[in-house]
Amino acid sequence: MSYASFESATRHSEGESIIAEDIATSGVQASEAVARYALALGDDALMLGQRLAHWISRAPELEEDIALGNIALDLIGHARFFLTYAGTAWGKTEDDLAYFRDEEEFRSVRLAEQENGDFGQTIARQLIFSYYQYELYTELMKSEDPTLAAIAAKALKEVEYHQDHATAWALRLGIGTEEANRRLQEGLYYMWPYIDELFYDFEPVAELPGVAVVPSTLRARFEERLHATIAEAQLQVPDVPQARGGDRSGVMSEHRGHILTELQVLARAHPGATW
Amino acid sequence: MSENITHLPESNEWPLWEVFVRSSRGLSHVHAGSLHAPDATMALRNARDLYTRRNEGTSVWVVPAEAILASDPDSKGGFFESAQGKSYRHATYYTKSEGVKHL
Amino acid sequence: MTSTEKTPTLSPVADAPAAGASHEAEQAYFDALITEDSRVEPRDWMPEKYRKTLTRQVSQHAHSEIIGMQPEANWITRAPSLKRKAILMAKVQDEAGHGLYLYSAAETLGTPRHVLNEQLLEGRAKYSSIFNYPARTWADMGAIGWLVDGAAICNQVPLCRASYGPYGRAMVRICKEESFHQRQGWEILYELSHGTEAQKKMAQDAVNRFYGPALQMFGPPDADSPNSQQSMNWNIKRFSNDELRQRFVDMMVPQAEALGLTLPDPDIKWNEERGHYDYGPLDWDEFHSVIQGKGPCNVQRMQRRRAAHDEGAWVREAAAEYARKNAEQHAELMGA
Repeated sequence: MSYASFESATRHSEGESIIAEDIATSGVQASEAVARYALALGDDALMLGQRLAHWISRAPELEEDIALGNIALDLIGHARFFLTYAGTAWGKTEDDLAYFRDEEEFRSVRLAEQENGDFGQTIARQLIFSYYQYELYTELMKSEDPTLAAIAAKALKEVEYHQDHATAWALRLGIGTEEANRRLQEGLYYMWPYIDELFYDFEPVAELPGVAVVPSTLRARFEERLHATIAEAQLQVPDVPQARGGDRSGVMSEHRGHILTELQVLARAHPGATW
Repeated sequence: MSENITHLPESNEWPLWEVFVRSSRGLSHVHAGSLHAPDATMALRNARDLYTRRNEGTSVWVVPAEAILASDPDSKGGFFESAQGKSYRHATYYTKSEGVKHL
Repeated sequence: MTSTEKTPTLSPVADAPAAGASHEAEQAYFDALITEDSRVEPRDWMPEKYRKTLTRQVSQHAHSEIIGMQPEANWITRAPSLKRKAILMAKVQDEAGHGLYLYSAAETLGTPRHVLNEQLLEGRAKYSSIFNYPARTWADMGAIGWLVDGAAICNQVPLCRASYGPYGRAMVRICKEESFHQRQGWEILYELSHGTEAQKKMAQDAVNRFYGPALQMFGPPDADSPNSQQSMNWNIKRFSNDELRQRFVDMMVPQAEALGLTLPDPDIKWNEERGHYDYGPLDWDEFHSVIQGKGPCNVQRMQRRRAAHDEGAWVREAAAEYARKNAEQHAELMGA
């Protein structure tokens, strides 16, 4: 990949790069259906970003504190794009949506909510999620909705890096030592039951032909590429049943409430305050 | 200087890499600092994260620190002596042309 | 060097001692570099004590950046808006980066990073005491940015001219990046001090707790800082602890006024004669007790650092092993 063309959420908007504030002030207004679609994608990025942020100051090496921090920062950036855009349909800000919705109003996939565990478990989650997001944003770039397409174009560049990062670590852990192989394999086993939900054709998608990506159409390419990497890293595709309740409702998840408790505690203690 | 440049991690401590960053097209790569990484691929990735967080680079090189040969500071006098006292290598040595344009 | 007024051959500093030069010649060469306010570079001869002093100072500085990530990382997941969350993450990430720039400079003095890290983990190396105080509220993110980073910048700007080249260069990079750290802290406090009553109270409380320790970041009063003079003679340090502290107080007073917050020192008063603000005595007993390990978070900070190191051991090992395997495979393919 080209490092030269890489853009990161740590930087100021430059050139064509989109920023959340631009969406808020541009006057675009998402339709109800588009907003519900954007909300789900934003929630995924928010949950995973929140999880990954916890690694900062705890990573296996200082260089990795920075790498995981970059990925978390990119994801929070993506969440801000999608939530800001979704909010235009309802006159809400990204923070209204992130901080003042209740657990059952979120639409994140359970994979993004899973605990970090050890570094192997985190890399397993990153591997699955970044491969999925790569396919998603590659297609979403072609959306007839220009805002979604612009967000996807920006996010894809960053997700390519996330995917590279996860792949590089999968190879090093999978091939490096027996212990690392075992830990990553366990991580894959732990994350695997939540893959179905990534490809669940959730509620507004059918209403948005040409605008939303139909998740189920991404699965074949996702599996082909992910399975190839798993094999290259001398790991096994886990033989484990898929978890029921994969409909983004969160009804079958224990983690979402804990994540939100931490995420929202301060904002909710001071309703109406600005920060 | 080591004849045998392996830059392989001998222990589980990751080796040192020197990082060179080209800040924009048309400029040379300039030494930015160093970092630790298990191998070249990770070194390049870490260099991108560490030394270009603010768009400082359009290109990055990483070089195993032990692959760099440096002139010996103890022989500095001798090593650079020859370049000294040859001020006729510099344009300012030639003063007769003062006031003549485009020379 | 193109000027005929000062040809290189006439400059004594350019005249490095030849191979096998006597100790006196080496010392004289080093002394001349310092006198000329030139820079000492990694492969130059330098007095052992200079090397030791710098290794200690630069690595302690690096450790401070790394331990200093913790109080702020404590608030990333609870940041009250997504924008603040992103800013805080970028800032803490910068601190890891600054730690790495400094380790990189320290390593050029001959001590590998893993040894410096061991010194930290075994409690043989110090880091800035300020990070042994807890970050209790969101306003502490503001106070840390404004006061703690502010004091750090005040300390660091003159270090950009430190006589040891790699240290000065690391500081230049760090100072450039840190200017945003202090501003974001000030802005957090500004929002709070112009917000609800509860927010204002939170802001004032944070400033009350961090003001004294921030002033102590410059080190003990000059009279009790025996090593300072040597560092100044070596052009590592450019201003005394008290000079820098005064400079900091002079900057903070108007900034606090602009925030609408009060610095918790009733003795702060403009002194027309000195052209500086007077300020009251600091609690040096507390300072020394925190250094001796009695700070509220000393154990907790070290425990987190050790846990990250220990729990990451298998990851570092796997990556090193992968590199070895790859190299062997490559060698086989090449028929070596």
